[in-house]
Amino acid sequence: MATGVNRLPVAGGFTLRGVSPLTLLAASLVAAVCAVPIVYLFIVILGEPAAAWQAIWRQGTLRLLLRSLALAVAVGFTATLLAVPLAWLTGRSDLPWRRGWTVLSVLPLVIPSYIGAYLFVSAFGPRGELQKLLGVEQLPSIYGFSGAWIVLTLFTFPLVLLPVRAAMRRLDPALEDAAHGMGRSQFEVARTVILPQLTPAIGAGALLVSLYALSDFGAVSILRFESFTQVIYQSYRSSFDRTGAAALAGLLVLVLLLLLTVESRVRRRRSYHRVGPGSARITADVPLGRWRWPAVGFCAAIALISFVLPVGMLIFWSVQSVAGEVDWPQVATAAGNSLLLAGLAAAAAAIAALPVAWLGARAPGRLSRVVDLLTTSGYALPGIVVALAMVFVGIRLVPVLYQSLPMTVLAMVIVCLPLAITATRSAVVQIPPRLEEAARGSGRSPLAVIATVGIPLTRAGMLAGAALVFVAAIKELPVVVLLSPIGFDTLPLVIWQQSSRSFFESGAIPALVLLVVTAPGIWLLVGRQR
Amino acid sequence: MNSRATRLALLPLAIIAIGAGSGCGSSETGGSGDGKSLTIYSGRDEEYVGPLIERFKQQSPGTEVEVRYGDSAELAATIREEGDQTPAGLFFSQDAGALGALQEAELLKQLPSSILDRVPSAFRSAQGDWVGTSGRVRVLGYDSRALAPSKLPKSVFDLTEPRWKGKVGWAPANASFQSFVTAMRLSEGEAKTKEWLEQMKANGARSYEKNGIIRDAIADGEIEVGLINHYYVLEAIKEGEVNGDSYPVKLHFFPDGDVGTLINVAGVGIPEASKQQKAAEQFASFLLADPQQQYFAEETGEYPLVKGIAQDPSLPPLSSIKQPQLDLSDLSDLQGTQELLQETGVL
Repeated sequence: MATGVNRLPVAGGFTLRGVSPLTLLAASLVAAVCAVPIVYLFIVILGEPAAAWQAIWRQGTLRLLLRSLALAVAVGFTATLLAVPLAWLTGRSDLPWRRGWTVLSVLPLVIPSYIGAYLFVSAFGPRGELQKLLGVEQLPSIYGFSGAWIVLTLFTFPLVLLPVRAAMRRLDPALEDAAHGMGRSQFEVARTVILPQLTPAIGAGALLVSLYALSDFGAVSILRFESFTQVIYQSYRSSFDRTGAAALAGLLVLVLLLLLTVESRVRRRRSYHRVGPGSARITADVPLGRWRWPAVGFCAAIALISFVLPVGMLIFWSVQSVAGEVDWPQVATAAGNSLLLAGLAAAAAAIAALPVAWLGARAPGRLSRVVDLLTTSGYALPGIVVALAMVFVGIRLVPVLYQSLPMTVLAMVIVCLPLAITATRSAVVQIPPRLEEAARGSGRSPLAVIATVGIPLTRAGMLAGAALVFVAAIKELPVVVLLSPIGFDTLPLVIWQQSSRSFFESGAIPALVLLVVTAPGIWLLVGRQR
Repeated sequence: MNSRATRLALLPLAIIAIGAGSGCGSSETGGSGDGKSLTIYSGRDEEYVGPLIERFKQQSPGTEVEVRYGDSAELAATIREEGDQTPAGLFFSQDAGALGALQEAELLKQLPSSILDRVPSAFRSAQGDWVGTSGRVRVLGYDSRALAPSKLPKSVFDLTEPRWKGKVGWAPANASFQSFVTAMRLSEGEAKTKEWLEQMKANGARSYEKNGIIRDAIADGEIEVGLINHYYVLEAIKEGEVNGDSYPVKLHFFPDGDVGTLINVAGVGIPEASKQQKAAEQFASFLLADPQQQYFAEETGEYPLVKGIAQDPSLPPLSSIKQPQLDLSDLSDLQGTQELLQETGVL
């Protein structure tokens, strides 16, 4: 490591470039817990190295890897293309009914990608609604790469939109004014002043979207795209080949490493906090002029295909299915369980994310990269791998907690943590380090610094992170199937049970209930904005 | 980097790794249990199993029964990861393959002959580690509006003919389909199976996710025939409350022990580490008793495996279907099947 590490003399010990030992210890602890899947993969692979090698060294592995990587990058790219203009329109312009569009632009997050994929196939697939409507014999195939690309983009782009919109609203208008004052054109200002300040948010959001595409199983299997994750599932499901699956999952960790490196380049060490005295003035809305109505059309088109139509179809099916066949007490219990599980996971993840975010923002270096890799791995790996890793490690280390609610929550945190870390970190980078230094310098204990400076200033980021985790955790299935206490039905479990027989439509009512109970998370994400 | 900080950071990691590693060796001997509680890992849907569990509870008051529902293979993988600590007293699998995999990993107990002898030897483990509880047959579902019975192929190998170009549906990712391909590899050899897969693909076989979707595609006229399990058609008739005669999808059983008519079973096994052996054996006997065999025939449209149980009159009797020669436990050898499916680009 390069010399010249800035070691500030701090009461109570050393520091790694401005991070207190307490933060460091907490972040490592979180990373260690998140390392469970990777440790498990190591144990399995090292148990049968020859078989693992054979599984990787098979014809087609590289092609498969490249296909999955291509999907991940493509989804990240198009999600950004949708999200950035939408973020600007709903965050910085005088768009008519802006509040409504703000909420609508986030709502696609409540639709699980497997449901989105199914709805997409029902609408545009062979013998789908569109084909009936047009009365044509055949439509271009929506299966494979293109279908997976479209569906994953539509139901994940808010993950880019949210951080970008937040970053846009926090931009210090003084910078833009200064640039304008120097005679730069609007475009120049956007390119040289605004865009550089947005790249970390775009990079972080696009990374979350890409990793989601990499680890998604439900949507790609419905859309018949052979992805890496799908092959890993198949290895478990039809070959009973845990070593082969683990070896492939190990490769996925390498892909994750690659994507993380790219993202951390984008998020290179820069200062995003205000240097001058005082606080930033509130940004003014840009008048759209004659672009008002085309802009409304753009927002409406996205809202229509990513939320209104899917929900409309679910409602249509719900009305069609006989309400008497729905086991309402079961659905109600499942809704309660889902809320409990997702709520606990959200709270735990928000707390766990704090030290990791702080480390990533204040001391980006080799250690923080290792922590990033470990804390992101659960999100990037297929759910079945995380679930089996928790089974393997959980039953041996903490048999008392095995298949209990706390362990389910823990697994859920491991799966969703990067959502909270990203949101929290974007809040931390905006705090001038001088504030903590001043607090520490005044002799406060590390805990007191966290309580008086850290948490209050990152509260908004933590809340946003918690909300994202809530919305993600409430949709999660594989972890719940294998790890939850017996009889602990959640809504995705009910949907899966109802639709695992051939009629997906019978899962429409629990699916709608799922959308409704996710509402508190969305309210946390957008309801409190002005 | 600050070395002290690094060490501090790596400490918890090391603890986890060591803990996980050392835990592998620990073991606990499972007793026969008091028969008072039973934990079932069920790869079969609650819709089918739930009523049986209720019946069992009524017959054995005092026994507490809990069921974890999931995918058969995932639950088998879970039992494997749990090792000798598994809370599962009994594993109820959707197919013989998952049971065969656990048998191969030596994770199942030998069942008593009083249980094994209830079913013909073809439908239980040769080693006696698991027993089939109900059967299903791979068939060719066909659109009776488009095809007369005389036009149907005599063998699954005939589906590669130009006559069927673009008209056959299959589900390469589906476990039942893969079991069938495994059976084909075992009975007809690798080369012939590979050739069949390649020719099917070249002949435009259309891939679907599930059997039920293939059936619906046949009913919708999207394809003419599809490789499915027999009970999907009975299920559609029952759930759609349509007259069996007017439902367009009919069943064709390939004659003469053709591998296309593989009989696979759902079954149960008791994990080696089960601490509830007594209750688990009671439940296995219960499933093989006449009333429950009757339940499978009537409620799930499956074949009862115990002799002398009446079945759906629209189906040919099980004894009239010639099973291809193979040991169902070997259907766990899906590794090669998967490789073949990938190699031929089918999956």
